[in-house]
Amino acid sequence: MGLAVFYILAAVILVSALFVVTLRNIFHSALMLIVCFFGVAGLYASLNADFLAAVQVLIYVGAVTILIIFAVMVTHQLSGKKIRQYNDQPVPAGLIIISLFLLFVVSLSKTGFEVVKSISSSPTVEGIGKALMTSYVLPFEVVSIVLLVALIGAIVIARKD
Amino acid sequence: MIGNFAYAGIWVLVAIGFVVITFFFARLIRPQRPNPTKSRNYECGEFPLSDSHLQYNVKYYLFALIFVIFDVEVVFLFPWAAVFRALGLFAFIEMLVFLAILIFGLIYAWKKKALQWV
Repeated sequence: MGLAVFYILAAVILVSALFVVTLRNIFHSALMLIVCFFGVAGLYASLNADFLAAVQVLIYVGAVTILIIFAVMVTHQLSGKKIRQYNDQPVPAGLIIISLFLLFVVSLSKTGFEVVKSISSSPTVEGIGKALMTSYVLPFEVVSIVLLVALIGAIVIARKD
Repeated sequence: MIGNFAYAGIWVLVAIGFVVITFFFARLIRPQRPNPTKSRNYECGEFPLSDSHLQYNVKYYLFALIFVIFDVEVVFLFPWAAVFRALGLFAFIEMLVFLAILIFGLIYAWKKKALQWV
């Protein structure tokens, strides 16, 4: 059952990721990216990482794709047009990709992955919340300062006054 | 736990199936006689001024950026909401500090008229 769910989710992720890079309309690519991110969230959920799945949906599906779609919409000549995907250097690109693939295959086959016998089925949100509120208070508050800096930086860069 | 996600998965399938089946039957039974007026973009009944894929004002991007910041803030609210009853006043004050810092950002955005509709 779990394995079947994994294969279905993996198929969804791979097919949608393929569409992201092959579709001619970049707006459709962005929409397929949403499907891909949802598939990854499903993977997290199937591994009992409930908080990670929720964050994946909130941040990647909700925020990152919004940014990408906005970027497409405000960019001239991109929105709704069919664009040729340029492939001017197929031979060097192919060589690099093949060597990268071989590198991945070698390094993945040489790494011994430990198999976890059982994953705890209890929700992880409470544990994360408790850790954030007790042992990691300082990083937690620093996060808000980082967000503040990002917000002010975005406004300063976007508005030139 | 995994059972709850199974429910969610079933609902995802129901949602996808609903759309697919609706579109399939709609295509099956509807008449297909398109003409230029029918397939024109709908712009509140007026004649459309441009293509629907026009270039939007780049100022809207700022709204998306501000949205992303507060979206990340919400991510931290969830684990806090799950435990703050157990941890009591201390966790409450921590979250108040967290939010207060970000409220400065909101006030700054407001003062800089970044929230103004363009």
